[in-house]
Amino acid sequence: MAGLARIDLTPAEIDRLAGELDVIVESVARVSEIATPDVPATSHPLPLTNVFRADVPVAPVDRDAVLAAAPASQDGKFLVPQILGEDA
Amino acid sequence: MSDLTRISAATLAEKLSAGEVSSVEATQAHLDRITAVDGAVHAFLHVSADEALATAADVDQRRAAGEDLHALAGVPIAVKDVVVTKGLPTTAGSKILEGWVPPYDATLVERIKAAGLPILGKTNMDEFAMGSSTEHSAYGNTHNPWDLTRIPGGSGGGSAAAVAAYEAPLAIGTDTGGSIRQPGAVTGTVGVKPTYGSVSRYGLIAMASSLDQAGPVTRTVLDSALLHELIGGHDPLDSTSIAEPLPGLVAAARQGATGDLTGVRVGVIRELQGEGYQAGVLARFQESLAILEAAGATIVEVSCPHFEYALGAYYLIMPSEASSNLAKFDGMRFGLRVVPEDNPTAERVMSATRGQGFGDEVKRRIILGTYALSAGYYDAYYGSAQKVRTLIQRDFDAAFAQADVLVSPTAPTTAFKLGEKLDDPLAMYLNDVATIPANLAGVPGLSLPNGLSDDGLPVGFQVLAPAKADDRLYRVGAALEALLEKNWGGPLLSQAPELEVAR
Amino acid sequence: MSTLVDYDDAVARFDPVIGIEVHVELGTRTKMFDGAPAGFGEEPNTSVTPVSLGLPGSLPVVNGTAVEYAIRIGLALNCQIAETCRFARKNYFYPDVPKNFQTSQYDEPIAFDGHVDVELEDGSIFRVEIERAHMEEDAGKNTHVGGSTGRIHGAEYSLVDYNRAGIPLVEIVTRPITGAGARAPEVARAYVQTLRDLFRALGVSEARMERGNVRADVNVSLRNTPQDALGTRTETKNVNSFRSVERAVRFEIGRQAGVLDEGGSIVQETRHWHEDTGTTTSGRIKSDAEDYRYFPEPDLVPIAPDRAWVEEIRASLPELPAARRRRLQGEWGYADAEMRDVVNAGAVELIEATVAGGTSPAAARKWWMGELARTAKQQEVELEALPITPAQIAALQKLVDDGRINDKLARQVLEGVLAGEGDPEAVVVARGLEVVSDDGPLLEAIDAALAAQPDIAEKIRSGNLGPVGAIIGAVMKATRGQADAGRVRELLLERVAQG
Repeated sequence: MAGLARIDLTPAEIDRLAGELDVIVESVARVSEIATPDVPATSHPLPLTNVFRADVPVAPVDRDAVLAAAPASQDGKFLVPQILGEDA
Repeated sequence: MSDLTRISAATLAEKLSAGEVSSVEATQAHLDRITAVDGAVHAFLHVSADEALATAADVDQRRAAGEDLHALAGVPIAVKDVVVTKGLPTTAGSKILEGWVPPYDATLVERIKAAGLPILGKTNMDEFAMGSSTEHSAYGNTHNPWDLTRIPGGSGGGSAAAVAAYEAPLAIGTDTGGSIRQPGAVTGTVGVKPTYGSVSRYGLIAMASSLDQAGPVTRTVLDSALLHELIGGHDPLDSTSIAEPLPGLVAAARQGATGDLTGVRVGVIRELQGEGYQAGVLARFQESLAILEAAGATIVEVSCPHFEYALGAYYLIMPSEASSNLAKFDGMRFGLRVVPEDNPTAERVMSATRGQGFGDEVKRRIILGTYALSAGYYDAYYGSAQKVRTLIQRDFDAAFAQADVLVSPTAPTTAFKLGEKLDDPLAMYLNDVATIPANLAGVPGLSLPNGLSDDGLPVGFQVLAPAKADDRLYRVGAALEALLEKNWGGPLLSQAPELEVAR
Repeated sequence: MSTLVDYDDAVARFDPVIGIEVHVELGTRTKMFDGAPAGFGEEPNTSVTPVSLGLPGSLPVVNGTAVEYAIRIGLALNCQIAETCRFARKNYFYPDVPKNFQTSQYDEPIAFDGHVDVELEDGSIFRVEIERAHMEEDAGKNTHVGGSTGRIHGAEYSLVDYNRAGIPLVEIVTRPITGAGARAPEVARAYVQTLRDLFRALGVSEARMERGNVRADVNVSLRNTPQDALGTRTETKNVNSFRSVERAVRFEIGRQAGVLDEGGSIVQETRHWHEDTGTTTSGRIKSDAEDYRYFPEPDLVPIAPDRAWVEEIRASLPELPAARRRRLQGEWGYADAEMRDVVNAGAVELIEATVAGGTSPAAARKWWMGELARTAKQQEVELEALPITPAQIAALQKLVDDGRINDKLARQVLEGVLAGEGDPEAVVVARGLEVVSDDGPLLEAIDAALAAQPDIAEKIRSGNLGPVGAIIGAVMKATRGQADAGRVRELLLERVAQG
């Protein structure tokens, strides 16, 4: 899970989290008791649909400000460590 | 000048528009108060004195020039650090965003700026708004002004404490499971979680997108209505924003302040009292009901049988959405980057950055959410939780068929000691048992102080209304506030011990 | 590495099954979820907003025009349009994905269950079943730096430009395409070409393959016989030209046959296409651990396209390429083979525009499929890339029809236009190519020719018309081809008759 979530955890953290998560998972798992197939799911508190934006350009954000707040940049681009794998 | 910090925002606004005081004076008074007490309270992560005074001076000048200004123009405000502010550091209480200065303003900040409210600074909070005590901030605890050894609630403990300690007349909070209302309850202040979609989420650093909602943190119900009207209303940048005008909130608060609730049906939620609630909390709750009844309201008992599953559903939906919302904090485009040795890959840098940049509670929730969304578990966890959401909405629908508003204690207990529940996440989560159902259903909720418990600490009273009927919160809240203050002979906060003033 | 099996041998012994995922970048003015301009070739990171950079606090809002385009595509592919559908988050960490999730559609695509008829080179029709078409956003672009620079401490790193991040995409997924047999590579190519033509006709994208507006991922698997269950497939990513689509399928069939022949098994994996060598190589293995944790995008609300709106879009769909071709063939009176050549040469639009300029369909075909097709082939460019317009061809043909130039001169004029000397009229003037229509200079030239060849003159005068060609040839030569040969003949005969 930590790998999937991209978080390095120390062994001590893993021990503690695992124990806590068991307790939490057990208590939240009760929800499946009443979530019967006849009950529809609600993903939005209010039932809105079809919220669209007109296809009209807005001013882009200031690149200098954005790059100034980045850990590293070069040639107007974000500089990131080497990327393994080539899936795009 | 100290009385400028003790008056309500509405009163200060009147003095400003009457020309009795200037915004610079009012803003300076609050900055002085921050200097005097924030060393002890630690409500602020960043104080933007220069920017606030510049705004104040500008407002004063425009007022002098006869410009038509917003009713709250010149009244200073504090903003929770989860809201992005162009040019002001925004950390969401996390080390991973230390020093980050956003290049844009949240919609609600744009509205605050357009109306001419000087922003005093950014307030402390649990990291990414995850917590009920503000102890999960990466930048130290905020202390409850009523008792500095106690928690100010959370996640918006900074905003509530700032208002309670007279460091700001107004503050912005955000409420995903109670982060405005519960701090309000334990600090003796007023806080409102508006209807989901009532206030734009554009520019709020998201925890759980389908639950988050920004709202006012103030000392009076009328002040909350004024601030809610300022920041609320449709925003085309938030797809979940309601494209309708707000109901008249200030008008409802003024109507309520007359103390007449004739014909209003008040539903008491059976499931949100009894076991787990402090005796003093329950006693104040019963007294408030009697006051409402005396004011002409009809008290009915309603049942919301699925509320007992609300906490479980919340602790599945919230971490699931949070695990995805917080994925962007990876050290690539902004904020902290931790680079391990040996020319590491981007993947390793991301893991190291997140490992060191996030605190325990954030990691806990991200891992839980990653787990709940993972293949094979989705239906049992996230899917089931969404169904519970439907059942809770149905409970609300049935209850609102019997009552115009629903009421409960805001929190089961008064402020506990700093550190007391830090090692027991489940006990911490139980603080939100009464506030969470409103977030799951998207309905609005208000908390206002309704007395002191046996331990001398403030207790909160929660009012809930149907979606888009936020005006009912203000009417009932203002009525109860007026009648309580008549009994007390003044605001509850005036009973708080005076903070020692630093020199 | 197994040996590659000869293609004919491979398809004689195995039944190939293909599947194609086509991504098309929509030609909207702004991105899928924010108002950043969807420009091409901008300076890095200048077509971005907080939303397309995934900055904390930013929120998406759906581009209504992109939804309309997606519905257009769905309708043109004979799909059902969803009564209601949603976006979902596909969670995975990658530096060019600014939010570390891609906003896409998962179990609720906007269009599904369609088909498209693809015309093969021999004119036969092959039906490709469409599983779904869904909306999503593009990722940014990485540039790899370092490594081969030879610096000892030269850390390798990448530079990321997010201009492309958030550009609206529609992904079209076929059902497994069976029954194509040996023609699978051709079907794959024709399918992608058909979609490209469709996107252009619908006006939803410029659909330029070379710019990456249209990208194809091709899935290939083999089985022993059509009765067997589907074999394990590979997915070759980013095959970005029609020719490469055909070649990639062909290569994979040969490669997989080689692996199977040696008793090996096909690994389910992503493969990379190499244009230069015409081969694929192994990329990432698709492991079961890959878990995208899809869930409904809570920052967006469902899309429920109003049925009246869908019908309005359906009614406004332009004539689609296949129907249009049938109509034009009828109007132009081309034979099937002629029309097929025109289509394959990418000359339909060019001829249509030329005809619209007043040229007869036969003459328009003669130009585009003759002289110009040869020129394009020589220069190894597409017909439409030649520096000449249908309007110029129409003007050129009009000069011929009006008798101002003859066919031979017309070829010189064409040469001038292609060389950038201007419109046909300008070339005629500049090069002095007009047919000499004044009889005076022609008579002079005729007299000169008769005088220069007295023997022949005598024969003609004596009634032997056999050698008139020699005189006409001499006159044409003297006038540098600008004479109308018919007129020269008339004048010559009059001259001789006069004595």
